[in-house]
Parts: sequence; structure tokens; C-alpha cells
Amino acid sequence: MSGFEIKLRNDSDVHVLEIKGELDAHTAPTLEDEITALIDQGNHQIVVNFAGLNYISSAGLGVFMAYIEVVRDLGGDIKFSNMQPNIYNVCDLLGFPTLYDIVDEELEAIQKFNNQ
Amino acid sequence: MDNSTTYQIEIPASTSNLADVRKFVGVHATGFGFKENEVEEIKLAVDEALTNVIKHAYKFDDSKTIYISVGLQGREFWVAIQDTGAPFEPQNYTEPNIPERVKKGLKGGVGVYLIKRLVDKVEYNKKSQHNEIKLIKKL
Repeated sequence: MSGFEIKLRNDSDVHVLEIKGELDAHTAPTLEDEITALIDQGNHQIVVNFAGLNYISSAGLGVFMAYIEVVRDLGGDIKFSNMQPNIYNVCDLLGFPTLYDIVDEELEAIQKFNNQ
Repeated sequence: MDNSTTYQIEIPASTSNLADVRKFVGVHATGFGFKENEVEEIKLAVDEALTNVIKHAYKFDDSKTIYISVGLQGREFWVAIQDTGAPFEPQNYTEPNIPERVKKGLKGGVGVYLIKRLVDKVEYNKKSQHNEIKLIKKL
């Protein structure tokens, strides 16, 4: 079984999802549920902190593909932070760095939202 | 692991088995001498191929079986994944336009695209009732 954990934190209006473990086709629905719940509650400023994530497949990245435009249309964004190099490399193969806001540190992503 | 040995496992077609197969492939790829980042590439390519079989060939029917074998040919490491479901037709495949898929909110559809970038060669074979995808990576 793949191990995957997700924790939600608030920093004012910004919601931080800390994801840990392995994100594949088996565990991606957990992430999708969390993101759709945030959107349904009207929370559109989302930071995903990847610090504890050590594996991702296209099923995991597919969740972000499915919801980024929804969130942006509502005036928000999903920003990524703290990616390990192997995770960044997978994102890079799909051209994510030009499609998503990927920053080194979570605080930087939060500040970008707060400075808007 | 020498050139004459192959290792095989079979799993029910469920995504709950993906992590175990990644581990199985990772152990053998490491044993063959691949660097850590290359092992990660092989594991991801195998995961994408397996996920496609579970989703498209077997339509999430976990009563079906997937057969995975790994082996060596010279300086090449190969992983073969066999199923008995609906075959993938590589001649019908077109590369996805990823920015467009993101714009349209389309989930995934990029597994084969990734596989082609993670390994050196991808072969599709039909063997009687079995479909096979063979992923080959050079040391």
C-alpha cells in the first residue's frame, strides 16, 4: 500500500496543504477530495507544500491539472512550494514550471497571495 | 542478477498494488547498478504503464491479473507488463498538448508521454491473448 498523508493549515486567507508520502493513482483521490472541499468552501488561495512528498505520478499531477483553471477563474491560485528535486523533475518533464507558480519556500507563496 | 535470470510477479489489477510493484522494480534496478535518479525514472515509468492497464485495459476490474517481469539483456534492463484486457493501440496515440489540457481542466492523459521520456525504448507486443508493454532502459 502507498502511504500518503495530507494536513490542512490556515494562514489568514491562505490555505496550506502539507502533503507527505507517495502520491499515485491509489492516493490521488484523497488529494482531490481535499482540494474540491476547499474550493466548495470558497477557499481559492491554496499553497501545496510538497516537503514531505517523496513520490508523484501523473495521477497526482492530474489533480492539479483538473482544478487549477477552476481556482484561477475564481480569482485564486494553487501555488507549489518545497519540492524535492525528484518531484520537481517530474513536473519539469510535463512543463509545469511555465504553467504553475512553483516557489522554494511556503512563506514565499503565502506572501505572494498577501501582496496581491 | 545475471543475464539469464528474470524475476516475475503477478498482481490483481488494483491501484493498491502500485507501491509494491514500484518497490519490486526498484530493488532490481538498483541491483543492476542504476543511479538513484534513474531508479526513480524506471519506477515512475512502470507505475504509469500499470496505471494505464488498470484504468484502460481492465477498467478497474480487480479480479483481473497483471503480470510483471524484469530482466537484463546485455547492458539493458527491461520491465515487461502483460495483461489480457483491451489492447492499447500505439498507432492511434498522439502526443498530448499539456498546456491545452490544463486550460480545459482535463485530468492526466499524460502517462505515455512521461513513459517515453523516462526510458530509452518502449515496445508494444501482442502475444496470443496477452498484450505486452516492454520498457527498456540502458545502464
